Amino acid sequence: MTKAHVYKRDHINTDEIIPARYLNTDSEAELAEHCLEDLDKNFVKKVKSGDVIVAGEDFGCGSSREHAIWAIRGAGVQTVIAKTFARIFYRNAINNGFYVIESPDALEKIKDGDKVEIDYKAGLIKNETAGIDIKFNPLPDFALEIINDGGLLEHITKGTTD
Amino acid sequence: MGMTITEKIMARAAGEGKVLPGELIDAKLDVVLFIDVTGPAAVSMLEARGIDKVFDREKIVVTPDHFQPAKDIKSAELHKRLDVWARRHNIKYYYKLGRAGVCHALLPEQGHIRPGEVIIGPDSHTCTYGAFAAFSTGVGSTDLAAAIATGKLWFRVPESIKFVLNGKLGPGVYSKDVILTVIGRIGVDGALYKAMEFVGPALSDMSMEARMTMTNMAIEAGAKNGIIGFDKVTKKYLDEHLKDKKDYKVFDSDKDAEYVRVEEFNCSKIEPMVALPHLPSNAVPVTECAGKKMDQAYIGSCTNGRIEDLRIAAKILEGKEVTIRTIIVPATPTIWKQAKDEGLFDIFYDAGCVISAPTCGACLGGFMGVLAEGEKCVSTTNRNFVGRMGHPKSEVYLASPATAAASAVNGEITDPRNYL
Repeated sequence: MTKAHVYKRDHINTDEIIPARYLNTDSEAELAEHCLEDLDKNFVKKVKSGDVIVAGEDFGCGSSREHAIWAIRGAGVQTVIAKTFARIFYRNAINNGFYVIESPDALEKIKDGDKVEIDYKAGLIKNETAGIDIKFNPLPDFALEIINDGGLLEHITKGTTD
Repeated sequence: MGMTITEKIMARAAGEGKVLPGELIDAKLDVVLFIDVTGPAAVSMLEARGIDKVFDREKIVVTPDHFQPAKDIKSAELHKRLDVWARRHNIKYYYKLGRAGVCHALLPEQGHIRPGEVIIGPDSHTCTYGAFAAFSTGVGSTDLAAAIATGKLWFRVPESIKFVLNGKLGPGVYSKDVILTVIGRIGVDGALYKAMEFVGPALSDMSMEARMTMTNMAIEAGAKNGIIGFDKVTKKYLDEHLKDKKDYKVFDSDKDAEYVRVEEFNCSKIEPMVALPHLPSNAVPVTECAGKKMDQAYIGSCTNGRIEDLRIAAKILEGKEVTIRTIIVPATPTIWKQAKDEGLFDIFYDAGCVISAPTCGACLGGFMGVLAEGEKCVSTTNRNFVGRMGHPKSEVYLASPATAAASAVNGEITDPRNYL
């Protein structure tokens, strides 16, 4: 079951996602233990594999640390749904083959703990608890290409950018 | 329709005559920065895929900075991975401990930044180099890995916002106060994905150091890059600092270039500013928060750890004693030596400050001045997010070196104009 963890906040920044005191490692498993620690101490305890994070505008602003993506992915999170994303976080997500969803409505239409299903191809978030569908614009083609290849490095080693 | 300076530089890097905002390009990179906290991960990614090459050992600049000298065993391991890799590839510009410094102060100082070029780095404040009429932006470790191996990266050409800085800064007011005013007006995502182009008469009075403080914080408004055109101040700095490669190409925005927005500022009216916790956009004039008790003052970082910043702080601290913990962090070894030779260290010592080795250190809550629960720090750095400099319940107040120094003397937020 995919559960939504909703944070009604804008500008959730990389210092909250993974504080710099843990940047002395790049191990995804270690980083995952501290995911969102300064925003919600209980997040790591309650998150289950496949869950999603829902938030407001400018998610992931601040540092360029890719550790933010690794911490979130390592914690088992399937995707982040936000009104908007900060530029470097968004780019890092695509480069890691981690699909993130931009949706202006999700924060209003999903409550903390709601059960959701995501159809990436159709661009649809189904809120099964509330019985409503939320549409989103799928990522642009170039980003999908990178994601489908499994990330930027797989993409370029395939030689498709040359 | 003409092109902006950002568009022209990106077109050059893409080998195109013209590019338009929104267009995706493959850009050739002129300089690739490599640092301790984000670099080793890129190397591991490449190694895991059996790739062990660098596109050009003379175009990669390596320096440990965030946690240097190593603050604990794990960061020592990061430095070791950086060192092994840089030596194996015989990286030409590898600044080891003793020559290493805060990257965004070090690269211009050591002559690695040239107008018209494209520079990327695995640190969000890589946008600093835009002060030299260059395109520079921060990326993550995966981008760095791709950049190291191929010398190219994909970019979406950003729309540009023009910031017109009219007037003249008053006494006690610095470029830090201007950029805090700008971010205060447009918000921390006010320039999301955009280029922030700064123009106007107030810039001509600003040194390259002061300009770098402005472009450094473009990311704090969500921007992809900050950029300032070339003039005689730029030329003088480059004449004094460029070493091996001294040629460069200057681009200017066309008169009919297109901007999504124009924001005008009368800099004569800007006061010393303080960004209150927990966003850089919470900027208020110092007069509105003067008297707020502080536990620490921090003067350093890629935003305000240059020699000019230390001179400004020293001028206020001379002959006085600080009443709170005050940490001075010269951003590079050269700045450290300059400050020592100019007698600034004596002033700092006499005032009761501690002087650190060059490091990013406590700016990001690493070490050398981390805050305890409930503590407040007036800091010349760039971010004041929750937990940025230490405990999640500590607070950071962003300000200029003058405001930080004046506040260090009084132990509370203080208008630096009281000490002019």
